Amino acid sequence: MSHPEPGAPLGRLEGQLKVTGAARYAAEYTPRGTAYAWPVPATIARGTVTAVHDTDALAMPGALAVLSHHNAPRVTPADDPVLSVLQNAHVPHRGWYVALAIAESLEAARGMAAALHIDYAADEHDVVLTEGHARLYEPELANGGHPARREHGDFDAAYASAAVRVDATYTMAAQHNHPMEPHASTAEWDGDRLTVYDSNQGSTKVRDALATLFELRPEQVTVVSEHVGGGFGSKGTPRPQVVLAAMAARQLRRPVKLALPRNQLAAVVGHRAPTVQRLRIGADRKGGISALGHEIITHTSTVREFVEQAATPSRTMYTAPNSRTTHQVAALDVPTPSWMRAPGEASGMYALESAMDELAVALGMDPVELRVRNDPAIEPDTGKPFSSRHLVECLREGARRFGWEERDPRPRSRREGSLLIGTGVASATYPVLVSPSMAEACTVPGGGYRVRVNATDIGTGARTVLAQVAADALGVPVDHVLIDIGRSDLPAAPLAGGSSGTASWGWAVHHACRRLRALVMEAGGAETPTTTLRAFADTSGEADAESPYARHAFGAHFAEVAVDADTGETRVRRLLGVYAAGRILNSRTGHSQFIGGMVMGLGMALLEGSTMDPSFGDFAERDLASYHVPTCADTPAMEAHWIDEDDRHLNPMGSKGIGEIGIVGTAAAIGNAVHHATGVRLRELPMTPDKVLAHLN
Amino acid sequence: MATTSTPPVEHRPTASQITLRVNGAAHRLTVDHRTTVLDALREHLGLIGAKKGCDHGQCGACTVLIDGHRINSCLTLAVAADGAQITTVEGLSDGEQPHPLQRAFLDHDGFQCGYCTPGQLCSAIGVLAEAADGHPSHVTPLPGTGSGAPPPGSPVPLTSSEIRERMSGNLCRCGAYTNIVDAIEEVAP
Repeated sequence: MSHPEPGAPLGRLEGQLKVTGAARYAAEYTPRGTAYAWPVPATIARGTVTAVHDTDALAMPGALAVLSHHNAPRVTPADDPVLSVLQNAHVPHRGWYVALAIAESLEAARGMAAALHIDYAADEHDVVLTEGHARLYEPELANGGHPARREHGDFDAAYASAAVRVDATYTMAAQHNHPMEPHASTAEWDGDRLTVYDSNQGSTKVRDALATLFELRPEQVTVVSEHVGGGFGSKGTPRPQVVLAAMAARQLRRPVKLALPRNQLAAVVGHRAPTVQRLRIGADRKGGISALGHEIITHTSTVREFVEQAATPSRTMYTAPNSRTTHQVAALDVPTPSWMRAPGEASGMYALESAMDELAVALGMDPVELRVRNDPAIEPDTGKPFSSRHLVECLREGARRFGWEERDPRPRSRREGSLLIGTGVASATYPVLVSPSMAEACTVPGGGYRVRVNATDIGTGARTVLAQVAADALGVPVDHVLIDIGRSDLPAAPLAGGSSGTASWGWAVHHACRRLRALVMEAGGAETPTTTLRAFADTSGEADAESPYARHAFGAHFAEVAVDADTGETRVRRLLGVYAAGRILNSRTGHSQFIGGMVMGLGMALLEGSTMDPSFGDFAERDLASYHVPTCADTPAMEAHWIDEDDRHLNPMGSKGIGEIGIVGTAAAIGNAVHHATGVRLRELPMTPDKVLAHLN
Repeated sequence: MATTSTPPVEHRPTASQITLRVNGAAHRLTVDHRTTVLDALREHLGLIGAKKGCDHGQCGACTVLIDGHRINSCLTLAVAADGAQITTVEGLSDGEQPHPLQRAFLDHDGFQCGYCTPGQLCSAIGVLAEAADGHPSHVTPLPGTGSGAPPPGSPVPLTSSEIRERMSGNLCRCGAYTNIVDAIEEVAP
């Protein structure tokens, strides 16, 4: 095998395992004597558990135990209070776990859970986010450590005096991650050593949380996450299943397997919080933006403050000498929101990019040209120069490939029978995030190299691309490299999230491999040295050093839709994305990530959203029959392209991270296309047929 | 714990001995009557290829072939499959030789996390057989409606829209659909 070019479309190293059914996921480990657990969610929205009647459940054949706050092992609180399950009688939201049934079989555990009788003292609850809600407050920080409020210049005065103004409010229902593999753990104790097979996006963090919770040293805990069936943020932090499985295994002194039922996930693995976003943009008649206001209202739970940082892209995207970006949050009796693919950017760019389209219409200006007109030379909020910014190139290249110049800008100008046809554009951005990581590389007796790093492959192709990074740094063919990931006893590494995994792990892998290559050279340069040579890298202090540059990936999305004037149904015909995201390290898996993000963006635009039931305090759409994710038939012709960027201010690979940017502008592009097709500006996601139809006739 | 007023449950036999013929091998096993084919495969036989995504027939990750037809194994009780021929993803390859669809999924990167993949593969095999047998789908042109309509009972050409429609019972949250369609198109006659 020849030395591959950087960015070569190498097939997934675990591909064979995945197409033959041999890849083993968390619930697919069954140590001898494994018992099965089934969790029991609270059926009130707020209050207290007053009694757990388990006689019937424990009388069932195969029953082993019922855990509740009465008898569950006490744990030391970890950073995240959602992990302190079964510790007291308080119910902070519907779906919070109040008991765990454990039995010899899955069927018996499920039967026990159904036979448990739990009494509650219910309190009044408050679950519906509204503008002007009495509990709204401005937090200090939004997710990601961003200040909740930023002001530049005099927004009010500039907006009031602007020649052209847009003032629009966009709302989004809650969205749910729903990775195909539900969150699962199999836990086994050997004395005071704990091993768990867990579905997560970063097992170093899970190990550390378990060590805290169960008062163990980190080296007493091993978390194995070799194959993970997607996460999209919901597995970025440890989730209750791993705590419950470990508790149950300790109590029963035997291995316990727990896979969360699909219809319980919405309450316990986070969600993209609903947002109400007010955009105000003031511009001169040539489209130059003088004032930009982006104000967010969102919810969090009473368990933990999580504030969707939806206004942050407005601090980066466009020139705006006078700006105000703010977040307000209400802590309601709802499940705790968390990360879902591109938290902040996906929500915020839907609103900003829809408002930009509204501004283009108000100005009578092409929406591509409006964006080009306001492309800033430096990052507006920080004043830092961009390490690289090729948004304009993405817009131009996308417009060319999409055939944008043939577009008649008048709304409702194309019709095919009952179908109204329209096209739309939106920009995308996602920050370059990176965290310190460790990695080790060594020579293998008999030839080749072994690289060890606790990366997690949640479907991104991490295993494959890290082997490519290693081979590149070692200067050897990629099939000379063995790569070990997905175990917490490997060198510690950050999670697969924030589009930061490859940059973070790859940086450490690169350094370890470069050092090993130097050792091999010192030892005479033989491919098979007589002794095992070993090199280690830790990028602490380097990867997390403050950069003098604003570092972001950019992209442009183009969409064509057909809206049925009789039914209100919107079908996407074409989706095209062009990205500028540094160096693409594997064109095959990179392309798949981009289009995967766009598919989820299509879902966000047209299908995905759940309703908070005011009476029961429940998300009404909790399963895949009612919460609609895109299917194969919903997915149109899709194209993803990229502009090669040579950015020396990132990491040794020159990559920016690509897992999230594909979703970011998609919903706005589709919404803008719906406006072009119909003349209707919906300002509400998802754009389901009922909402569209209400405006059509 | 306090007692409750639920009437006592009368315990009748709750398990039966059955034979599952999986990938050509017969397995005698005693299963709880509540056990699905999916759980029998995964928890009793150690065949982890078929995946549990929802356990409610909503996602297709558990798709296997029973007597040549694709089914959601999470919605099929094991006792109802007594004696049936079951093919799972583990049984698709011919020895070391992968099934053409497995090869095509690799070539077209028809997956990311891989969790829906076994179901997609088994479902695609079902699609090929159904189209060959002349089963129409929602997007198959009706006979007598002009060009492209196959005569009733004759094989249905698997266009990309036919594949999209027929594969829509298998969700892929990673969004690999376009690659999956390309892979199936390559193998379709």
